Amino acid sequence: MSTQTEPAARHAAPKDGPGRAGRRGGEGGVLNVFSHGVLVIWGLLVTMPLLWAVVSSFKDDAEIFGSPWSLPSVLHPDNWVRAWEKANMGEYFLNSLIVVGGSLIGTMVLGSMAAYVLARFDFPGNRVLYFLFVGGMGFPVILALVPLFFVMKNMALLDTYHGLICVYIAYSLPFTVFFLSGFFKTLPTSVAEAALIDGASHTRTFFQVMLPMAKPGLISVGIFNFLGQWNQYLLPTVLNVGDPHKKMLTQGLVALAVSQGYKGDWSGLFAGLTIAMLPVLAAYIIFQRQVVAGLTAGALK
Amino acid sequence: MQHGKYRFIAGFLIIPLAIYAVFVISPFVQAIYYSLTDWTGLSPDLRMVGFDNYVRLFQDSVFWAAVGNSVTLLLLLPVITLSLGLFFAFMLNVGGRRRKKAVIGGVRGSGVYKIIYFFPQVLSVPIVALLFQFAYNPESGALNAFLGALGLDGVQPNWLGDPQLALWCVMGAMVWANVGFYVVLFSAGMSSIPKDFYEAALLDGANRVNTFFRITLPLLWDTVQTGWIYMGILALDVSAFAFVQIMSVGPGGPDYSTEVLPLYVYQRTFRDGQAGYATAIGVSLLIVTLVFSAVVMRLGRRERLEF
Repeated sequence: MSTQTEPAARHAAPKDGPGRAGRRGGEGGVLNVFSHGVLVIWGLLVTMPLLWAVVSSFKDDAEIFGSPWSLPSVLHPDNWVRAWEKANMGEYFLNSLIVVGGSLIGTMVLGSMAAYVLARFDFPGNRVLYFLFVGGMGFPVILALVPLFFVMKNMALLDTYHGLICVYIAYSLPFTVFFLSGFFKTLPTSVAEAALIDGASHTRTFFQVMLPMAKPGLISVGIFNFLGQWNQYLLPTVLNVGDPHKKMLTQGLVALAVSQGYKGDWSGLFAGLTIAMLPVLAAYIIFQRQVVAGLTAGALK
Repeated sequence: MQHGKYRFIAGFLIIPLAIYAVFVISPFVQAIYYSLTDWTGLSPDLRMVGFDNYVRLFQDSVFWAAVGNSVTLLLLLPVITLSLGLFFAFMLNVGGRRRKKAVIGGVRGSGVYKIIYFFPQVLSVPIVALLFQFAYNPESGALNAFLGALGLDGVQPNWLGDPQLALWCVMGAMVWANVGFYVVLFSAGMSSIPKDFYEAALLDGANRVNTFFRITLPLLWDTVQTGWIYMGILALDVSAFAFVQIMSVGPGGPDYSTEVLPLYVYQRTFRDGQAGYATAIGVSLLIVTLVFSAVVMRLGRRERLEF
């Protein structure tokens, strides 16, 4: 029965309101073309500057100036070699790896410890400490930097890896504590209680039970902190200027831009930019889902 | 048990708290104190001068130029970035061709658009700022070459060298760097809005512009408000400093047309040796930031809809 009535109903449907359905379909079609149009335009606006940098890194200087939009007539991979060796991009890359490696581990360990205690334990002053940490997110960092410079100077921490690591950790704590304490609150209490009853200490419960349960949150905030610290520019610009061999990658690029500006080695600078750009973009494309989740997590909460 | 608990709490908090106190809290507190002194930053000598630094701000024309530019960024950057983000996210989620049964649909390939739009978000400010500095280069930059190719040889602006245009050029780079993040963020929010809301609205004869302002925007309001505060702080603080310091002539020029408050704090401290005066500028930046956050919170207060 039903198999017979269905086609009939389908035929009847357009008769109900052909004009209405037609008009709406038309609107949808026009809109579809329009939306693809604007979306493609923005897509081009995003990709063109990046492609332009990559293409320019293979040109010589005359070509970069003479015809900015053309493809290179002869490939110049020597630009890359020059940027890596003579302009110290390799060295800066290593410096960034050392500092961000140390500060990322420190931020995650210290941040999750503080967040766990603030989220799961009642003690006098808990709320005060929580707001002290979280309040740091909204204050202009530049205001603290002037005295911070002299604090670092007195402690002989200027222009050192460990000094920079401490500062990176300190300025990553507000968001890390905010995000992770929210995350620890959502975890069930029963598992930790069971571990405590079985005789595990608080410390052991934290490292062996709670941290593994918090893994998704740790990954999100870890990616957030990695990108923030890797791309950090203001802190090293103020606190790490004494020794030219200790520059972070971001500082090195700007220094390269200034010095190549005098030398006129634009192709070397484009190669340097590309060297700095490609690994991050490649990592992003591979871990795309996690990166987007990590960076948007804070704003969606 | 209790004793063990407190020992555990103290053990876990002591190191993070110590680092935070030394490198974040103490500098903020010191900054307020230094703003009342004539400290140069070069020697340990300092003298309390009361509110002299703040009085001096009122006669400092560069300070007022910086306030003007910072406030311009604060008012325009969030509006432009968030509007573009909402617009593209709406196009991605609702701009698709009607499919079977679905009243509204996302465009084909929306995943690819989102991946590409997010590119600038993972790049550091120096990379973006240097790229744009090149693009704006009046002699060999991509922009003027493009205008020339279009046959507009007569229109070859000086971009960053033109006091009328420079701040807009910097803002353009900042918008470019941030729109993608909000497209992805709003898009995630939009896809969680139940489809029957749209269905009901379309049945009632609402067009897509109406559904955007009556359904999408109100339901996304919390996210938009968070984004507004993020973008405002970005326009006032670290990000504005980095873009202006790297891109502009001077930096801060030409003719103070791109001078912003964080850059001026930096210059007064490390270029002019006036750390005390610089922290007074920093405190005024803090006041602008707090007023801004309070205004957004107050204006944005709406009834929360659960769905």
